Amino acid sequence: MKLITAVVKPHRLDEIKEALQAFGVHGLTVTEASGYGRQRGHTEVYRGAEYTVDLVPKIRIEVLAEDDDAEELIEVVVKAARTGKIGDGKVWSLPVETAVRVRTGERGPDAL
Amino acid sequence: MAPAIMLAADAPRLSSANTGFMLICSALVMLMTPGLAFFYGGMVRVKSTLNMLMMSFISLGIVTILWVLYGFSLAFGTGNKLIGWNTDWFGLSNIGLTELWDGYTIPVYVFMVFQLMFAIITPALISGALADRVKFSAWALFITLWVTVVYVPVAHWVWGADGWAYKLGVIDFAGGTAVHINAGAAALGVILVIGRRVGFKRDPMRPHSLPLVMLGAGLLWFGWFGFNAGSWLGNDDGVGALMFVNTQVATAAAMLAWLAYEKIRHGAFTTLGAASGAVAGLVAITPSGGAVSPLGAIAVGAIAGVACAAAVGLKFRFGFDDSLDVVGVHMVGGIIGSLLIGFFATGKGQSAATGVFYGDHTFTQLWKQCAGVFAVLAYSLIVSAVLAFLLDRTLGMRVTEDEEVSGIDQAEHAETAYDFSGAGGGVTATAAPAQAAAQTRKVDA
Repeated sequence: MKLITAVVKPHRLDEIKEALQAFGVHGLTVTEASGYGRQRGHTEVYRGAEYTVDLVPKIRIEVLAEDDDAEELIEVVVKAARTGKIGDGKVWSLPVETAVRVRTGERGPDAL
Repeated sequence: MAPAIMLAADAPRLSSANTGFMLICSALVMLMTPGLAFFYGGMVRVKSTLNMLMMSFISLGIVTILWVLYGFSLAFGTGNKLIGWNTDWFGLSNIGLTELWDGYTIPVYVFMVFQLMFAIITPALISGALADRVKFSAWALFITLWVTVVYVPVAHWVWGADGWAYKLGVIDFAGGTAVHINAGAAALGVILVIGRRVGFKRDPMRPHSLPLVMLGAGLLWFGWFGFNAGSWLGNDDGVGALMFVNTQVATAAAMLAWLAYEKIRHGAFTTLGAASGAVAGLVAITPSGGAVSPLGAIAVGAIAGVACAAAVGLKFRFGFDDSLDVVGVHMVGGIIGSLLIGFFATGKGQSAATGVFYGDHTFTQLWKQCAGVFAVLAYSLIVSAVLAFLLDRTLGMRVTEDEEVSGIDQAEHAETAYDFSGAGGGVTATAAPAQAAAQTRKVDA
């Protein structure tokens, strides 16, 4: 199994959710996050004083997938998240040792 | 505040219309202090919101009491050119219910309470420069001393019938000199003594809630109609109405001017700019609104809007930490409004004095304005700095660096403005018995 994590622009959430549902993903976890990549945040002006705000709002989406689906799923997320502008975010995957559905105790792929 | 023009045969009689109007104006001015608290409170960081609100709010408590005890008597009693004196007014001990303010149609009580609201908001204005770092006890004592040795005499100079500035012919309709320059200069004096916030020019100190700032600015604008239009102490000759119109006009012009300046210099029309511009316009029209025409008010507002927008950056250049720009907005705005009387006074409002652009085109009034402005500025700056120095040497003016960094709300008030934590913590001993009792009842049931 793989854990696919995407840190992306908040306004892409709906597209990503729809794309994942179309792919057949049943569940996902969304967290509000903040951070920066190469673009280093933005500038705000208060009475002429400029403040750089490094950390910009992002969302972090996490999905568990079977090994065979992982590559394709990453592509689905990347495609849905892309706007072509700077700050679109990153997607990565990690191996997962085990997963358990809390309600039933099912393990592994059955728990997804 | 010139004595109303009365026909010789008519002794003033109590006017219920003017009295009612002035009671409403007094209530409007009272609302400005909590409005100011929100204006300032939104501009500080989350960790010092409550302290900022409290520094304004405490003025409502302290100044009210000392105004009744001796402030009103010393400010407005007849005395000499420098200070007033009226033993009947100590503790308001001997004022008749229908006794009239000399030359007017409103009771002494009404005049007293209207002026009280001015005395409350003036020290509260200073607090914006001292955000995040002043011990609350030291601030409370500072207000007490400052109102006694700075506000009371200055109010007497400018508005007392025998005050030197009033006799000289300095025009200060509703407090450009006595309130705004006075508070702004005091703020400068105090911050030169107590120094900058920890992390000034290094850490981001962005406003934590611009909606609160807008709410506060809106309340200030609303209350300012009482502040300005009420300062004629009645409505028998239309000067109060002129003042009401000019208040609105100058404020609008200043807001637009500040926004235009900002768009050109910094590329955006900001919320804080709109709120600050409005306040700058209100400040500038305060001394001048009874003397200028509505077109003059547009000029006063626009000039103040641009000048104050430019002035607020000076703290970074000179390195003094005027946290919320009390000097840049109130002192500079007050100076501009007071001096522009010397140019724009038409002679058709509160007095026959005319500025450079009207009448016989002389600089006479401008020089008088300069005298008032710079005397108050110097007196307030020096005495306030001395007060701050004395308090710093005795009580200590500032909280510890640790307390300042972790938040003055928690350190000085044992409270926090917002609850961001969904979990953790427990109930301490003082609150626990109630909880235990509630649990016991549940078991019994």
